[in-house]
Amino acid sequence: MIEIAATLAIAAFLFIGLAFTLVAAIGLLKLADPMTRLHAPTKAGTLGTGAFLMASMIHSFTFTTGALHEVLIMAFLFVTAPVSANFISRVNIHKRTCDTPPPPGNGATWSTLDVPEEDREYREQAG
Amino acid sequence: MLKPLRWLLPHPALTLLMAAVWMLLQPEFSAGMAVFGLILGIVIPIGTARWWPDRPERISLGRALLYCLLVIWDIVVANVQVAWIVLTKPNAKMRPAWVVIPLDLREPEAISILAGTITLTPGTVSADLSNDGRSLLVHALDAPDPDAVRDDIKQRYERRLREIFL
Repeated sequence: MIEIAATLAIAAFLFIGLAFTLVAAIGLLKLADPMTRLHAPTKAGTLGTGAFLMASMIHSFTFTTGALHEVLIMAFLFVTAPVSANFISRVNIHKRTCDTPPPPGNGATWSTLDVPEEDREYREQAG
Repeated sequence: MLKPLRWLLPHPALTLLMAAVWMLLQPEFSAGMAVFGLILGIVIPIGTARWWPDRPERISLGRALLYCLLVIWDIVVANVQVAWIVLTKPNAKMRPAWVVIPLDLREPEAISILAGTITLTPGTVSADLSNDGRSLLVHALDAPDPDAVRDDIKQRYERRLREIFL
């Protein structure tokens, strides 16, 4: 009885994960510019992977002795996903592949744009 | 009495976290690995203590836990919203926008958590920090009203983070 319920739950979580991963892929193809494209994988990626890991955890607890490695995967993913998203958007700002953001005010600038001239030359070479 | 204890455990929470992560990494629980995890949890904070000189001393754990639950709930809601926008809204109708968030938080740790939360939740990615550390640049996927996004983030997350970092 428990095994049937667990199997159903696993199937449901796999389906949820599949749906969100698919949406992430569609978003990556469909959205128009680099900054909006960034939104699809960062969001749908977390819940998609989260649902897969949830299915994996339910499976390991009902059919084997159970393991909590998935918790660690989740934790590391949640800590690292924003960092990579942040770096991609910084590259976009630096290479001017998106609209230049409005200044923050108080005479400050965004730290990505706060670079010496020689670094900007590198940007043009690379672009 | 207190001083050697402080030297041995400069960061008790980090010690516990390290031991817990080490034990989760093991294929199965054993006492030897628990002891080794504790040793790692004591040695690593002592070795790295000099790189976090101004860490926040007092953190409200209960509020931090509530904040985690709120963020997890928001991630689920955000995913459904973003999926809906991606699947149904034509690109021409989307209103991507830069949102500048003036920060009241000062602790680097709190700002990092806020930036991470923003990236994981509804249609927003934190893109950059100003060079004086007082504003956060956020990109919104579909924001007809950028000011509302700013107020929402300040009300929902920043206010709670200020209560966590006492």
